[in-house]
Amino acid sequence: MSVTSEGTTRMEIRRVIRDHARLPVEIDSISDNADLFQAGMTSHASVNVMLALEDAFDIEFPDKMLKRSVFESVDGIAAALQELEIEAA
Amino acid sequence: MGTALVAIPGDDQLMTISIGIDLTSADAVAQSLQDHGARYLERVYTDRERRDCTQPSGGSDAERLAARFAAKEATLKALRREDESIPWTSIGVCSDRAGRPSLELSGPAAALARRRGVAELSVSLTHEGPFAAAVVVAHLQEAR
Repeated sequence: MSVTSEGTTRMEIRRVIRDHARLPVEIDSISDNADLFQAGMTSHASVNVMLALEDAFDIEFPDKMLKRSVFESVDGIAAALQELEIEAA
Repeated sequence: MGTALVAIPGDDQLMTISIGIDLTSADAVAQSLQDHGARYLERVYTDRERRDCTQPSGGSDAERLAARFAAKEATLKALRREDESIPWTSIGVCSDRAGRPSLELSGPAAALARRRGVAELSVSLTHEGPFAAAVVVAHLQEAR
């Protein structure tokens, strides 16, 4: 993934989190490695984030990725998307 | 979430239990149904749960679904989940004819329960207006 496309990916991840994570704080105030669950994302909201990411990136998270660490931060989501991209290549 | 040793009156045995609790917003479930529809239902709820939570009109009952989601999360807490991958559909709520709920685990959730030494799971559900809650008690096989 190039620097530009990774930047675009992270912007899209942040848009999905802003629209679906129901965070009590602004997404711009959260760093890429901040714990979204600690920031107030419920486990139910994480399901919405997962489904919205699938729509946004035209992917499907396999069962092996349905774990807390994948959805707990922007970094975690970006790493999972990169892994899916590599697997699909 | 936590574990406790419980003394049963009249019995010399001590039983170890682990408890999980969760509160889920029915409004959030209704929003998910609106945003993601069938895909949300299929990724989160078992066939039986979807059937049990279908209204006579054909739509889904968000309050009952919220109670079932709370049960799934409470189960994961009682099982002391760390970072294992557990599909939501591997934890399901069943109800008998009297409406008494029980849990049915499959796949990764059942495997985690075995690793934790769970002999039995008990669940209690409630929902009122915008909130649904569940408590799950895991009865462990031996005192630790």
